[in-house]
Amino acid sequence: MSGDPALAEAVLAATTTGEAITFWVLGPLAVIAATMMVLSRNAVHAALFLAGVMLSLAGLYAAQDAPFLAAVQVIVYTGAILMLFLFVLMLVGVDSSDSLVETLRGQRVAAFVVGLGFAALLMGTIASAVVSDDGTVRAVGLEQVNEEGNVVGIARLLFTDYLFAFELTSALLITAALGAMVLAHKERTEPKLTQREMSRRRFASGHPFPLPGPGVFAGTNSTATRALLPDGSEAEDSVSPILQATSGERAEGPASEGTQSVERSS
Amino acid sequence: MRVVEVLAQEDPTRLPLTSFGNEPFWLTIAKALFVFVLLVLMTLFTIVFERKVVARMQQRSGPNRVGPGGWGQSLADGLKLAFKEDIIPALADRPVYLLAPVLSAVPAFLAFSVIPFGPAVDIGGTRTALQLTDLPIGVLWVLACASLGVFGIVLAGWSSGSTYPLLGGLRSAAQVISYEIAMALALVAVFLYAGSLSTSEIVAAQESRWFVITLPVSFVIYVIAITGETNRAPFDLPEAESELVGGFHTEYTSLKFAMFFLAEYINIVTVSALATTLFFGGWQAPFPFSRVDLLSEGFFPIVWFLAKTLVFIFFFVWLRGVLPRMRYDAFMRFGWKVLVPAGLVWILLVATIRTVTLEVEDRSTILLLGGGLLAAVLLVFFLLPEPAPDSEERSGAGTDLTARSEGGFPTPPLDLVVPATPRSLARGGAVTAAAPGPGGSHGEPSVLDTPTET
Repeated sequence: MSGDPALAEAVLAATTTGEAITFWVLGPLAVIAATMMVLSRNAVHAALFLAGVMLSLAGLYAAQDAPFLAAVQVIVYTGAILMLFLFVLMLVGVDSSDSLVETLRGQRVAAFVVGLGFAALLMGTIASAVVSDDGTVRAVGLEQVNEEGNVVGIARLLFTDYLFAFELTSALLITAALGAMVLAHKERTEPKLTQREMSRRRFASGHPFPLPGPGVFAGTNSTATRALLPDGSEAEDSVSPILQATSGERAEGPASEGTQSVERSS
Repeated sequence: MRVVEVLAQEDPTRLPLTSFGNEPFWLTIAKALFVFVLLVLMTLFTIVFERKVVARMQQRSGPNRVGPGGWGQSLADGLKLAFKEDIIPALADRPVYLLAPVLSAVPAFLAFSVIPFGPAVDIGGTRTALQLTDLPIGVLWVLACASLGVFGIVLAGWSSGSTYPLLGGLRSAAQVISYEIAMALALVAVFLYAGSLSTSEIVAAQESRWFVITLPVSFVIYVIAITGETNRAPFDLPEAESELVGGFHTEYTSLKFAMFFLAEYINIVTVSALATTLFFGGWQAPFPFSRVDLLSEGFFPIVWFLAKTLVFIFFFVWLRGVLPRMRYDAFMRFGWKVLVPAGLVWILLVATIRTVTLEVEDRSTILLLGGGLLAAVLLVFFLLPEPAPDSEERSGAGTDLTARSEGGFPTPPLDLVVPATPRSLARGGAVTAAAPGPGGSHGEPSVLDTPTET
């Protein structure tokens, strides 16, 4: 489909005031958010700035009469993927901020070069998609594309011309998901207990109630200190078995420092 | 979609999609104001309504002091919240902490803008639909707003700098990711039957038959999923007060807490309105009344719309009144292993039926095809060999674990008991390793057997 220069001018002139305002508000916002994303040291802040970039992009898509793309951008990227980011960040730790010590040599230079290359590739692809070899504009204009409606148009393209790419992408994603599942898979060495079995086991153990809490006294600030029973003896099961196995002194002997200091202070 | 557009041009109560956005400015402002006021009033109403209904279910009378019959209670509560002290925890991440309630409340309001609450009417000489706006992707807009609103909850949990809110935020993130998929799958069937994503066209497509009758499975999945999305009981794990104090909003006070409260109740109203729109014919009058012009035209359908929405709100309150909170792992398993597969199979079925009814003219061919398919499925089902009883494997808890090291590579057993440290052994083996776990039952020589007192 080859267009003519008149159409190109018409397309360029079609930018309305509202569109221009939207662009000049959202564009700088996206750039600022992107810069802040790179500069912020807190991982959650960086994720938030990334969300800002994506929302600005969604706004720009909407202003370009691509409502479906805008909605998908918000639902998929901001809603699902960034939410996963946040989920992982929270699992990693609340106040872990990245150290800026480079572990890979020449990482920044490589990143810069690859980034430039990617930008060039992207511009080349877009240019060749919009302008044909003899310099005429190939793009046909929004009315023609959205003739049947934005959603129908995208669906038609996706499931006719780009079906192979679409299926390849989904195969790639499924492979990644399967790989993650295989890596994270843990073989069960025993059957999983049902709630009924767990309950039965708990009552059969002769100890159906929760274990006693540790004895944290004024003298010791450690949860590895055993609690005292009413007769003055120590409750063995008041300290987590992990702590008992790993921490040395505190959990050990009878008449630990904690009890002594309590006696002294009284 | 073509058919719907043609219908829309012929029917005076419906306007084509392009009419939105080309209305007089004052009319848009008036509609926006109406939506805002409606949502705030609905929130005030729903809070008291919920308390009264739950109270009645528990043989109490509920709030009955403020205003006539106690209906002014939420106004009083709102005032009380506004005058409370505003506390920001010392460990909070201030900018995010302040942003989170806003991020929760604003999308809740935005989502309602595409909900239609009546047919096209004349207002001040302009023919306009009783709907703030509509988009070709109307329902996706609601989904987008819902996914943004959850950011508020997750960030509130993270930024509070406290353990319980963090756990609540974490739960919320996982919950939303899981149940959003099931919800979207439930909606796909509606899109297939309506041939559109726009709310007004979906309502128009239900003129002869509501989608709750055509697509009952979608409806059930949708209702379960939105209960999870809006953090309502029995899925209110992010704020489970018996486990997490208040979950994500534990550290919030005063107006910031009120924002979360507002967002939660607006979300309930929005998902109820969306359920009405997608499955219960929107503002259209139910059958016997749809014959009466007075009750199905002009401004009156707003009453039908609000009544249907109220039924849904009552349903959610009812759920809260009767169901205990689910355990977290059971909740996740249900979402991924029941809802998502059920949704996928249902979509496959709906798409097949839809294609066949659209493409095949002859009724008997459809019946033959369907019968053949059913017969084939049944045949395969009955011819499959029965799975071997695995009761033996189930009872075999004491199987030899060493046999599991594959390929002869020396790997430690998966349920290895933490051995006692040399230091504690040197001190006479007073303190020992792990509690009698699974490893203890295998008869391994365990440090647990040594006497604990020296």
